[in-house]
Amino acid sequence: MVKKLMKGNEAIGEAAIAAGVRNYFAYPITPQSEVAEYLTWRLPEVGGTFVQAESEVAVGNMLFGAASTGKRVFTTSSSPGISLMQESLSYMAGAHLPVVLVNIMRGGPGLGGILPSQADYFQSVKGGGHGDYQLIVLAPSSVQEAVDLMILAFELADKYLAPVMIIGDGMIGQMMESVEFPEKYRDESNPDEKDWALTGAKDRKPRIVKSLFLNPEELEINSLTLDKKYREMKKSETRHELYKVTGDTKILITAYGTMARICQTVIDELEEEGISVGLFRPITLFPYPEKELFAEVIKDNIEYILDVEMSTGQMIEDVERIVKGARPIDFYGRTGGIVPSPNEIKDKIREMLKK
Amino acid sequence: MDKQIEVVFAGFGGQGVMTAGQLLAYTAMEEGKQVVWIPSYGPEMRGGTANCTVVVSDDRIGSPIINNPMSACVFNRPSLDKFGSLLRKDGLLLINSSLIDVKSGRDDLTETLIPANDIALKLGNPKVANMVMLAAYVAATDIVSFDTLGGMLDKKMGKKKELLDINHRAFEEGRKLIETIKA
Amino acid sequence: MSNDANIIFERPTAMSDRITHYCPGCTHGVIHRLVAESLDELGLRERTVGVAPVGCSVLAYNYFNCDFMEAAHGRAPALATGFKRTRPDMIVFTYQGDGDLASIGMGEIVHSANRGEKFTTIFVNNAIYGMTGGQMAPTTMPLQKTTTSPSGRNVELTGYPIRMVELLSTLKTPSFIARVGVFSPMHIVQAKKIIKKAFRLQAENKCFTMVEVLSTCPTNWGITPIASTKWVASDMEPYYPLGVFKDYEEGEG
Ligand SMILES: Cc1ncc(C[n+]2csc(CCOP(=O)(O)OP(=O)(O)O)c2C)c(N)n1
Ligand code: SF4
Repeated sequence: MVKKLMKGNEAIGEAAIAAGVRNYFAYPITPQSEVAEYLTWRLPEVGGTFVQAESEVAVGNMLFGAASTGKRVFTTSSSPGISLMQESLSYMAGAHLPVVLVNIMRGGPGLGGILPSQADYFQSVKGGGHGDYQLIVLAPSSVQEAVDLMILAFELADKYLAPVMIIGDGMIGQMMESVEFPEKYRDESNPDEKDWALTGAKDRKPRIVKSLFLNPEELEINSLTLDKKYREMKKSETRHELYKVTGDTKILITAYGTMARICQTVIDELEEEGISVGLFRPITLFPYPEKELFAEVIKDNIEYILDVEMSTGQMIEDVERIVKGARPIDFYGRTGGIVPSPNEIKDKIREMLKK
Repeated sequence: MDKQIEVVFAGFGGQGVMTAGQLLAYTAMEEGKQVVWIPSYGPEMRGGTANCTVVVSDDRIGSPIINNPMSACVFNRPSLDKFGSLLRKDGLLLINSSLIDVKSGRDDLTETLIPANDIALKLGNPKVANMVMLAAYVAATDIVSFDTLGGMLDKKMGKKKELLDINHRAFEEGRKLIETIKA
Repeated sequence: MSNDANIIFERPTAMSDRITHYCPGCTHGVIHRLVAESLDELGLRERTVGVAPVGCSVLAYNYFNCDFMEAAHGRAPALATGFKRTRPDMIVFTYQGDGDLASIGMGEIVHSANRGEKFTTIFVNNAIYGMTGGQMAPTTMPLQKTTTSPSGRNVELTGYPIRMVELLSTLKTPSFIARVGVFSPMHIVQAKKIIKKAFRLQAENKCFTMVEVLSTCPTNWGITPIASTKWVASDMEPYYPLGVFKDYEEGEG
């Protein structure tokens, strides 16, 4: 494997190619337009195509159509564009279609700004569209992890026949880090063997990709089928990472994505001052690593939880739900595109320790 | 070398600050280091200033955003004003003295004046001022070796021989400047 | 009312005295001025509401001296519809780029025009997405290089540029649809007349009015301001002919 220095946005595009994607649909929006600008020349080199759609509404529905072929397809956008895809996400979840979406989040609500943000946690994790559905949500904290999670995203989408969303922020999209691509990776699946893909009704009954079930009993069955998938995901697909969580750790930080990396710096610096702080970083935001978080939290040495986000507090609702009052939870966040600095977070922790 | 080194390259758009930072990042990666290169992006770019931060480390890099970097190469006055005050105590500040006629006013920094544009002009191409500066920075910090740096330049700009030569000469000048100061 | 000879030197009341953020050689500023002058001369400023698009001119509200709303990308005509239907006594205009109007906002503009909504649309066609850094627009010229058509727009894959004025002129309801240029002093004078007429018709309670203005984007076209105005004349105008395509007063509305 060769190491390359790549911008997150370009690496995401290359990772999709490594995962077997040959069709990409998107609409320009800062701070992720580089994915399209990269794939516009890169995809033709591998025999693929990029369509610049007229809107994100169209992109979402182009994905629906493309996924129905049984091939791997994906798109990338940023917050306002992802909002416009919510309708199609609800339809694709309802129709059990495997697709991958990347949201390089920026500040909202509304037109907001273009700088890094994590304010779309609710939208992605709690369902932004209508109906009883969930997305699998993955949160990378480095360019390499973005690449790895892209591959995983396609595998999970195929395994569960469900939309998968990767959420990063402007930092992940814009920064360059060294990355390795799994060159040997091959998508071995064959669209013709997928028993739901639309390949032409030759020697078989016609197939229909749909989400309409006018008969309530049938609609309930569809919802229960979805629910069964989500339960299975919760059992087998949670992923997380611990950083410097030891028997001395008094404060456990919960943070995801690039915010978690910044907290690592905080933890390293406080360690030098003799203050032991650890990090719990969920990698899957849905399914959330609930049991794993609870197991860490109730260890005797843990006195406080500090949730840190680039929002006014969204993931903290899940943390509170999981911790169930077992430990006090405090919050530190900045929004608007302001990235909390290690110093601010350290001050917050010192203040907590005084209490 | 310190465990982690951070450097900001800042100037007007068009002064090549992004390229200088990227070349350093590529070189450090070639030498087996962990690196992050992160540009400023956003509204301030319309105002014509641009900067990037390069973080080089032996270990996994935490925060990619460095609020108080340990070193900076500033190419114009607005960049000096911005980063001069942000640098960490005992930090290193390289000032493009061809375009900036003041210093930071701090007494807890090592400040070195690099007439990068004058040198570049003498070499016959004002555009290589960024390479003069990069070489001065590398010479001052030993963050990477000049061999790897030169090799990376060949790899990245290999096609145009003339341009390559002048960039190599820019490296030579930047390095010599620091060596005379050190000596 | 100011006379035409000295308007060049005065700032219209309908414009604020801020310095714009537009790049050198960008004609968004000129177009703002023509709109502001028209509002002043017709005495409409105090009852006018503008709708800003998402694009380089999203900050238009900083430069106009009248009330403004900021729409989601492409949706300005829907906001304008909502507003004007609720306050028919007011004057409403949308100011939209070609990505905003001809791509993501295609549905809203066609239906607003077809319903004959009584607002005015100023459509700024610079053949590219300016704000996001130069991607292809539906109006990008064949073979024109953009960041998402790096070897030039390939019409086999992306079709030919959309001519919005011609498209909307096929509709029966709109009362005035025209295309103008601002690439020479003579063209600016003509553009002003036409923009002013659109607002006058709105003030007279006529159905939908729209003026498309051929504009420049030297930054993302990667050429100088002077070369940009030349390119509008040499490359854009032949494909996007200037003129009035639909005029109620000529009996075509
Ligand atoms: C829903 C949504 N999608 C995409 C964007 C990103 N975006 C901002 S401006 C713009 C296009 C601007 O081009 P144009 O309308 O031609 O105006 P110009 O900047 O050229 O004046 C886009 C795609 C957005 N803000 N919202
Ligand atoms: S990017 Fe283009 S459209 Fe935007 S202000 Fe600059 S020249 Fe005008």
